Amino acid sequence: MPNAVKHVLFILVPLIAVFAVLPGLYQNHLLLFNFVTFLILAQGVNIIYGFTGYLPFGYVGFFGAGAYGFAVLVMHYQSPALVAVLAAGLVGVLLGLLLTPLLRLSGAYFAIANLAASLAVLHLVANPALEGITKGPYGVSLTGTFNPSHAYYAALVVLTLTVGGVVFLKNSSFGLALQAVREDSVSASMAGVNVVKMRIAAWLASALVAGLAGGIYAWYVSVFYPDNVFSGEFSIFAIVFALFGGVATISGPIIGVLILYGVYNLIGFTTPQYFQLIYGLLIMGLVLFLPAGLVSLATRRGWHVP
Amino acid sequence: MLTYALVAGVLFGLYFSLVGMGLNLVFGVMRIVNLAHGDVLMLGAFVALGVVALAGIDPLFAVPLAFMVFLLVGMLLYWVLVPRLQGSANPEMLSIILFFGLSQVVEAITTIFAGTSERSIQSRLLGTVFSTIKVQLFGGKPETGPIRILGQGFPAPWVIAAGTSLVAIGLVYVYLYRTRLGTLTRAVMSRRDEALASGIDVDRVSAAAFGIGLGLAAVAGVFAPFMFGSITPAFGADATVTSFAIVVLGSLGNPLGTALGGVVYGVCYMLVQTYLSSWADLLPYVLLILILLLRPSGLLGRRVRVA
Repeated sequence: MPNAVKHVLFILVPLIAVFAVLPGLYQNHLLLFNFVTFLILAQGVNIIYGFTGYLPFGYVGFFGAGAYGFAVLVMHYQSPALVAVLAAGLVGVLLGLLLTPLLRLSGAYFAIANLAASLAVLHLVANPALEGITKGPYGVSLTGTFNPSHAYYAALVVLTLTVGGVVFLKNSSFGLALQAVREDSVSASMAGVNVVKMRIAAWLASALVAGLAGGIYAWYVSVFYPDNVFSGEFSIFAIVFALFGGVATISGPIIGVLILYGVYNLIGFTTPQYFQLIYGLLIMGLVLFLPAGLVSLATRRGWHVP
Repeated sequence: MLTYALVAGVLFGLYFSLVGMGLNLVFGVMRIVNLAHGDVLMLGAFVALGVVALAGIDPLFAVPLAFMVFLLVGMLLYWVLVPRLQGSANPEMLSIILFFGLSQVVEAITTIFAGTSERSIQSRLLGTVFSTIKVQLFGGKPETGPIRILGQGFPAPWVIAAGTSLVAIGLVYVYLYRTRLGTLTRAVMSRRDEALASGIDVDRVSAAAFGIGLGLAAVAGVFAPFMFGSITPAFGADATVTSFAIVVLGSLGNPLGTALGGVVYGVCYMLVQTYLSSWADLLPYVLLILILLLRPSGLLGRRVRVA
């Protein structure tokens, strides 16, 4: 059996099946939806950071842009939700295209520029001068399309596509070429890899995923403010979840989301500052003691982790 | 109106240079992105609040105190965090995440002890040392109220903050170009591995630079309640992004370029604030992206961009 089929059968199918069945067994629908959203975002970060080495510190920019793409289409053109979700993905890709010049930067420069870009989009959307289009800082309310259970299944479809994409990257010469570019772009380009095209493809793929996730998020919550959908926590959580599990693997980000987001909800929100303290310490400990993620515990012993 | 915006821009700009200086020193020497920079600023502001609340004296006395405390904290923190970080596969990227975690911890601890309410210091308290000395030496009344420059009145704290920043920038210059440790620091900045190979104790130099960087940030923080009106534990995150805009504008890795970057930023900020106020929030980010794309080495920098 080829590896790709194994990965689909033993990781993708069980994951989707569990999340498709869970709403019938478990009451807290919003929590399940958040799990799916973070699974999508963590895998999106995995595509760009794990396979190309670019740290998208402003990843939430695509998510928020997607949410507002959805909102604008529903508010001004009364379009059906599914069309608006596709448009949200398109908005993510367009923003990604607009930001492709950032890929010329390397290392910390890219991360900071990406953070600045996401904040610039936030302040643009939240600008009172654009109230006619985005409702500025006053938030949008999309009661017409409100349908959480449809939105949840749409999110599952996007999750399937995203994890499928990562399975493809893990098992194709394309993914191998990307990792070669990450390790040493000069050698990779001498070996015949089109470095620029590869990076842009991965960048746009992760932008698409975040845009779609943002659109579905807007569909699900239906009432939100710019600060909600552009909250830096989305970028940070997605990056930390992916890193905690281990990037450039299929299972790492999934394990990271299930464990860390599970812990997050167990600690609860009652005293946010204690939570912030624990989370900060966890992040520091992770970087200092387990920089290659949980999966490195296994790979260090020579076990193969998909 | 224009004169006011320009002079206020230069005053703010000098202060902004001080805000960015420490961040740039840390990045230049260690290639480490200190995302907790803004939180050190915030802690510096709390030192000033503490000095005023406990001793009831001029917050200017908080400047040397904040600098010394954070110089020591910085060196300690360096030995705890950085050698371990440098051993990992991708220290530059991981430093971003590590220091983000640190900034969360700092913000959380400050919130637990100080609450989330906005705090400020009465602006007439700043600089009471000067007016007291003046009264004792020359007699007359202690004067309060705005300081006049080019026929316009500016709040005294702005002028004092700008003056302190100038002094601090001068001291950084003296440190980097007139002392032995400063020469070694510049050697580490330009080529870390060659500095190591020629027998420089890179860790000691870096620890000093890290301490000084944090100390400068804390000094800038002392003036933050006056420059920004009030201060909360959550102030750090915004301050970090603004500092980055300034540092990149000047050029990453060149601490004196930051002085220029700060002034350019301050003047732009005041001009936009005066003429297009609803777009002022966008400025730092757009400026940052434009500079990174058009002239990634900054206004004064050498080329650092790779591939």
